Amino acid sequence: MSGFFKSSIGRKVAMALSAFFLMFFLLQHFAINILSVLSPDAFNEVSHFMGTNPLIQYGLQPVLIFGVVFHFVMGFILELKNKKAQGVAYVKNNGTANSTWMSRNMIWSGVAILAFVVLHFIDFWFPEINTKFIQGDWSGTIEGVEGFRYYEELTHKFVSPIRVSAYVIAFVFLGLHLMHGFTSAFQSMGATAGRKQRLQNIGKAYSIIIPLGFIIIALYHHFNH
Amino acid sequence: MDLTLKIWRQKDASSKGQMVDYKVTEISEHMSFLEMMDVLNEQLVNSGEEPVAFDHDCREGICGMCSMYINGEAHGPDRGVTTCQLHMRMFKDGDTITIEPFRAAAFPVIKDLVVDRMAFERIQQAGGYISVNTSGNTQDANSLPISKHAADEAMDAATCIGCGACVATCKNSSAMLFVGAKVSQYALLPQGQVEAIDRVQNMVAQMDLEGFGNCTNTGACEVECPKGISLDNIARMNRELMKANI
Ligand code: HEM
Ligand code: SF4
Ligand code: FES
Repeated sequence: MSGFFKSSIGRKVAMALSAFFLMFFLLQHFAINILSVLSPDAFNEVSHFMGTNPLIQYGLQPVLIFGVVFHFVMGFILELKNKKAQGVAYVKNNGTANSTWMSRNMIWSGVAILAFVVLHFIDFWFPEINTKFIQGDWSGTIEGVEGFRYYEELTHKFVSPIRVSAYVIAFVFLGLHLMHGFTSAFQSMGATAGRKQRLQNIGKAYSIIIPLGFIIIALYHHFNH
Repeated sequence: MDLTLKIWRQKDASSKGQMVDYKVTEISEHMSFLEMMDVLNEQLVNSGEEPVAFDHDCREGICGMCSMYINGEAHGPDRGVTTCQLHMRMFKDGDTITIEPFRAAAFPVIKDLVVDRMAFERIQQAGGYISVNTSGNTQDANSLPISKHAADEAMDAATCIGCGACVATCKNSSAMLFVGAKVSQYALLPQGQVEAIDRVQNMVAQMDLEGFGNCTNTGACEVECPKGISLDNIARMNRELMKANI
């Protein structure tokens, strides 16, 4: 089995599995974030649960970090191997004749998402880690704010038009990444996704609705303050 | 029609090559692309120059020998044809046509437009066969029932002529369409089951050893393949390899 994951196809399967995990994560992340638009109280409750539940903090959180790091490290490894396999570049190459821009530029949409992930960690994840694990404050409250602090912190982040623009651009790249990635992951796992219209439609819906939803959430909080 | 050709010239495997411009005149639109190349070479020979080396054999689209990357596409702009079946009517008077060898680290240039595709041969030798005794005691064809669907799919996979356009087209120089077709052709038939596990493992291992890249499912190979080999064959190969490892 260890030999399998060293093969070209094994690596693709590993890439697809990490991508499935990330797409599932994205779905639940979206479900929670949309609450911040629908009901700040519900958003606070769920955020507190997610942020303090030991199973999530010590169980799923490390898995998520591993999943993200694995996905982009493997993405870079595959890109390097593929570059090496190419040899001399063509003088004239008509890529648009046979494939989509999204499929040919997964590494660039991926790099854009990675840049966003770094920004996102600095914005939300590092402060959380600092509050909870370094200062040891698991109360979920803060002075001067009634109830939980999460909603307040979220809206505060979306005041800056620069940050909001960066988020919006990143989500566009996420959409492009998924536009190819969704069906690609199924194909790597051996599904004949290209042929099954239904899978393709679900892929299109997912890669438009989720990123667009995140964009709407960011814009909503920006213009509501 | 009159054409300007930009052709990759390279003396031998170890020399550096470059693009060289040529002019050809009075090309008939009914000529095949290779006949147009013959006209150019006749011209070159008559003027004492070295003709352009290119691969070809059957010139009827069945051997997989002809190659060439024409105007940025393997086997040129037409669909479902090899270079020998590409007609000059696909071009216009006054066109400039760029002609390069198939590119991949695993397909090194031997001379001009001729590349070494022995890597495919070695992948085939690693498992692209079935071991049966055919010495005169042929079975009745009906003793092994095969569904129409499986027979059709196996036949489709078997039409791969091993030309390498899939590799040349792929941005990752992946050989997975070729290997997928060769694995599928047996995976779909009862005769292929005996050696199924070793076949897929050995062929994929050889493919990796030769230095072909990893599939990103761009689908470019399927579009450029002269035989219309479907991406489903790659998915089937992936399933076969997963099965072999469980
Ligand atoms: C939440 C974030 C992300 C999601 C949901 C996601 C999703 C996906 C999906 C579904 C695929 C297709 C998998 C396959 O072809 O089998 C994929 C491929 C890929 N991803 Fe991501 N991705 C994310 C972040 C990133 C990041 C940060 C990078 C960093 C470079 C990246 C780089 C790549 C590359 C290079 C591929 C193509 C690999 C190949 O097929 O050769 N992705 N991604
Ligand atoms: S799969 Fe198609 S493009 Fe690739 S070698 Fe076979 S016939 Fe040629
Ligand atoms: S020369 Fe045989 S396929 Fe073109």
